[in-house]
Amino acid sequence: MRQDLTHILRWIEPGSRVLDLGCGDGGFLEQLERERQVRGLGLDVDDDNITAGIARGLNIIEQDMDESLANFPDQSFDTVVMAHALQVLHHPDKVLDEMLRIGRQCIVTFPNFAHWRCRLYLGTRGKMPVSKFLPYNWYDTPNIHFCTVNDFEALCADRGIRIVSRDTAGEGADQAWLARAWPNLFALTAIYRITR
Amino acid sequence: MSVHAPASVGLVSPQTARFEEPLLLACGRTLAGFELVFETYGELNDARSNAVLICHALSGSHHAAGYHSDDDKKPGWWDECIGPGKPIDTNRFFVVCPNNLGGCHGSTGPTHTNPETGERWGPDFPPLRARDWVHSQARLADHLGIDCWAAVIGGSLGGMQAMRWALEYPDRVKHAVVIAAAMKLSAQNLAFNEIARQAIESDPDFHGGHYQAKEANPDAGLALARMVGHITYLSDNAMANKFGRELRSGSLERGTEDEAEFQVQSYLRYQGSRFSGTFDANTYILMTRALDYFDLAREYDNDPVKAFRHAQCSFMVLSFSTDWRFSPARSREIVDALIAADKPVSYVEIEADEGHDAFLMPIPRYLAAFSAYMQRVAREAG
Repeated sequence: MRQDLTHILRWIEPGSRVLDLGCGDGGFLEQLERERQVRGLGLDVDDDNITAGIARGLNIIEQDMDESLANFPDQSFDTVVMAHALQVLHHPDKVLDEMLRIGRQCIVTFPNFAHWRCRLYLGTRGKMPVSKFLPYNWYDTPNIHFCTVNDFEALCADRGIRIVSRDTAGEGADQAWLARAWPNLFALTAIYRITR
Repeated sequence: MSVHAPASVGLVSPQTARFEEPLLLACGRTLAGFELVFETYGELNDARSNAVLICHALSGSHHAAGYHSDDDKKPGWWDECIGPGKPIDTNRFFVVCPNNLGGCHGSTGPTHTNPETGERWGPDFPPLRARDWVHSQARLADHLGIDCWAAVIGGSLGGMQAMRWALEYPDRVKHAVVIAAAMKLSAQNLAFNEIARQAIESDPDFHGGHYQAKEANPDAGLALARMVGHITYLSDNAMANKFGRELRSGSLERGTEDEAEFQVQSYLRYQGSRFSGTFDANTYILMTRALDYFDLAREYDNDPVKAFRHAQCSFMVLSFSTDWRFSPARSREIVDALIAADKPVSYVEIEADEGHDAFLMPIPRYLAAFSAYMQRVAREAG
């Protein structure tokens, strides 16, 4: 299980209604239903992911959140989750606004582009970082809107988004304290709980 | 079975159930009694929890899968989706498909005799609504000892019945699978149905619907109605791919006066004449009116969210990209209302060239998503 998902799990109330944007094959939503008895709904656009999620017995809607989420009523979900999808969106700021309209709380995770390895790679080689964690070349990556911990918090301040809590996942459990102390440098994944 | 594919339910035969208790219809009239013809595939389990109901569309029948004889060239209308290992897996489900009341394939309808007059019903058969079909199907469920359907499934008009089931008998449906349907027809849809009825009614052989008494049949009108319908069930691309501008006969060369016939003309004529030989005109009029009048939320203050709050089942909604008769937008309206009503729902929009008819076709992604959902239904049915 990805570290960011373990963190998210703690913030989900048992029995609550959860919308998972970019739910992938539904593995996490299934875990939420099993461990938190949530009433879950997943959104995805990938054919195979959608079929896999349905096969797990989940409720999955084929919908592109980048186009619109207007069909979801205000404050109709207890939690809206978007894990590792912010960076692939064309309109990340608009989707964030929509998440905050739909959910009483929102949980967002994204890869922190200011991690020291990214900085080192770009600083020494002068090329866009390619790693196990970010395995794409610049021309074929689905990640079109990378941001950093500082960028995200600046956007939140700008848009009046309240950060309820921030968590991070670093390179290993032994380095968790580094990621907590200097998130913009040591967090591989940033994990936010936000409301409006 | 021997001559047919292994994934077929094989040879099947229809059954008839007679219901003596009067059925009060939505129009206010009462049917003193009625018969439903139906087929079943697979075995009902001991818990009676694995039954699924198939609701047919405008021109469908109880013959959804398998063959009636070894010489049958074509299987039932939904054989692509019903059978061993298919989405509606007859190894796991007990599948029930009735012919709708008012139909012309054996269930009580306009071609039958009105017991009060001793004459054929003809055009005097009571007008029906989707809810009348649902109530008559509930009697069939009682007859078969089925308290609760594991799923009610239908495409097009059948999908409308599945939704109506979820609202009329919320405690008797666990899952509703709604394929290429809508909560109500658009003005364009109403218009096409009116053309179909006008084609039939203006045929001199229609005789105000009393054609059987005159030993006539409005073949030309029915064929025309079917031709119009058929065009709306296909997409522009599907027709282009299937027929293009290919000629069946004649020539478009200079210097010839011969009339040229396009392939698509001949195809439509064939479909039309085949249909008029097997389908009853009064039933066609009755079915199109039922379609026209269907409005899921009418009696729920025209609020689909309020309507769906009555449902207790989970929903699977499917649509097809080139379906312009019941477009994906109509299916998304269903999905949005279900989300707003906080009901469990899955939705898949299938890329397909075949238009509305796609719901009858073996499109890989369609079968995969449909199967995935039905596996969930089967697991819950035990």
